[in-house]
Amino acid sequence: MKILTANRLGDGIAVWYAHGGWAETVDHADLAQDKAAEDRLEAIGAKAHADNEVVDVNLIDAEVVDGIVEPVRLREKIRAAGPTIRNDLGKQAARAA
Amino acid sequence: MYRYDEFDHDFVQARVAEFSDQVERRLSGEITEDQFRPLRLMNGVYLQLHAYMLRIAVPYGTLNGKQLRMLGHIARKYDKGYGHFTTRQNIQFNWPALSDIPAILADLASVEMHAIQTSGNCIRNVTADHFAGAAADEVADPRPYAEILRQWSSVHPEFSFLPRKFKIAVTGAERDRAAIQTHDIGLHLKKNAAGELGFAVYVGGGQGRTPMVARKIRDFLPEADLLSYCTAILRVYNLYGRRDNKYKARIKILVHETGAEEITRQVDAEWQELKDAEQKLPEADIRAIEAYFAPPALTGRPDGDTAVKVARLDSKGFSDWLDQNVVTHRHPDYAAVTITLKGIGEVPGDATDSQMEAVADIAEKYAFDELRVSHEQNLILPHVARADLKTVYDALVDIGLATANSNLISDIISCPGLDYCALATARSIPIAQEISQRFASLERQREIGELKLKISGCINACGHHHVGHIGILGVEKKGSELYQVTLGGSADENTSVGEIIGRGFSSEEITDAIETIVDTYLGLRLNPHEIFIDAYRRVGPAPFKEALYAGEAKAA
Repeated sequence: MKILTANRLGDGIAVWYAHGGWAETVDHADLAQDKAAEDRLEAIGAKAHADNEVVDVNLIDAEVVDGIVEPVRLREKIRAAGPTIRNDLGKQAARAA
Repeated sequence: MYRYDEFDHDFVQARVAEFSDQVERRLSGEITEDQFRPLRLMNGVYLQLHAYMLRIAVPYGTLNGKQLRMLGHIARKYDKGYGHFTTRQNIQFNWPALSDIPAILADLASVEMHAIQTSGNCIRNVTADHFAGAAADEVADPRPYAEILRQWSSVHPEFSFLPRKFKIAVTGAERDRAAIQTHDIGLHLKKNAAGELGFAVYVGGGQGRTPMVARKIRDFLPEADLLSYCTAILRVYNLYGRRDNKYKARIKILVHETGAEEITRQVDAEWQELKDAEQKLPEADIRAIEAYFAPPALTGRPDGDTAVKVARLDSKGFSDWLDQNVVTHRHPDYAAVTITLKGIGEVPGDATDSQMEAVADIAEKYAFDELRVSHEQNLILPHVARADLKTVYDALVDIGLATANSNLISDIISCPGLDYCALATARSIPIAQEISQRFASLERQREIGELKLKISGCINACGHHHVGHIGILGVEKKGSELYQVTLGGSADENTSVGEIIGRGFSSEEITDAIETIVDTYLGLRLNPHEIFIDAYRRVGPAPFKEALYAGEAKAA
């Protein structure tokens, strides 16, 4: 399964494509289960990049754990949570609050 | 320290205005990311995992209190309350919004700072011995020459689009604390038999995926020839450096493939055309720049000896700190102090906004308003009266920056690694923290003695692992972090590249492996004065391999 991720142009914050927009958390990112869906996400990403909403657009591997979307690679897990050494920073900080 | 003249002010202001306009046009969509990317990189703006990152230049690692206070202000106002001091004597902020960067650069310009040439294929921030101007063992302060190089290399039209980035380091002491042999150009300021100043010139050092120790191509270059000779080196590199392959584009590869002798010949040929022309430095100009770095007026403070003796008896913490973090100054009543940003279990090189402000206060009150950033990711107060050491120590204790571990195993260099960096393949900081905690006892650390442990989270080697006495390189293997250990590296006047000791270790195993290596060293050293690197050079890798892997061989 793949999801679409990028960084927002204005503040650089990591975002994931979910429900027709860019969400600040990965939890409910739109999942592409097949090639056609991947192509669709890729096209959305390319357009958002061209429209100067986001930069560094990537399709990444993901899985669903207890109904929540999680990236597969460690790099993407860290992007989705924040630095593992500072739980008070990044997405995980908001979650803990 | 150096003060901007009118030209510097105008130049930096003009760049702030120019980049602010570029940011505005990017945010409005007038220019694309492809167009903007090289522009932002020229101004120190990267995109990392979580956000943008801004790298700010600290020329030759020298700061004053006002500047450090401004960095604290930026951390608080625009970032998340902290900054990260780097192995290039710079500082990085990990969370700035692109839309705030024009304001940050304007704030920086107000204290004579900027982020120019902290990225890109140009001549980067020139680094220097962090004890420059204070060290008892130097022939002269190397920073005037670093400043001359800075002025020459800033937006140098010929050298702004080199095959790859280019780093210059300079030291004025025999004992190399600036790691000059790991730089594209390393300059060792020295005196010849006639007492004249000049440089031994090293070329082609570097780390990254192909570590190389620089080759000395000139034993004594008169100071007047600094720019013409560096120009000659850069010209040869710019002409023949490999632009076909990013991984072979540094000058170290050119030196390696061409051979040091032939490179020397090419540089000399180029130099003959330049040496007696406009780049020859007029004596008066050198002395004028030197005047900016005139040492503070260090008045006699003979009360220091007694004060230190009394305070030692009073406080073991102070006594330990004195032994470990305070070094001899050229003036007997003074000392240079290392403020380690390596508290046990802390993130190497990180300082909070309030710590930066407090250190700025200390520097202003007790250290002639001078500070340095070391390439080992610590801060330095280069001139402190011995009589004031206890007061400074107490002030550092108050802000949690008095850990007495300079040059010990917990004084770890670590790159940001996968916790922040888009290029990283594994985390570095948590490994540094775990090792620091494992060896938390300062008594045990002192028993082990000087030990340089350096960690990188990818092959680019920002954490200098190749030249750590113990180096750790984090890689990704089959989706997991794996840590490769090298032994025997060194970044001083006897620079060497460490050797891979064997198979890598998982994140769960690596701290145990380091402890095994340290215990093995303790068991085989000739006496407590034989430090790790000397013992390793004497015995080689075999005993360490045996200790780490013998069990496996038997099991198999």
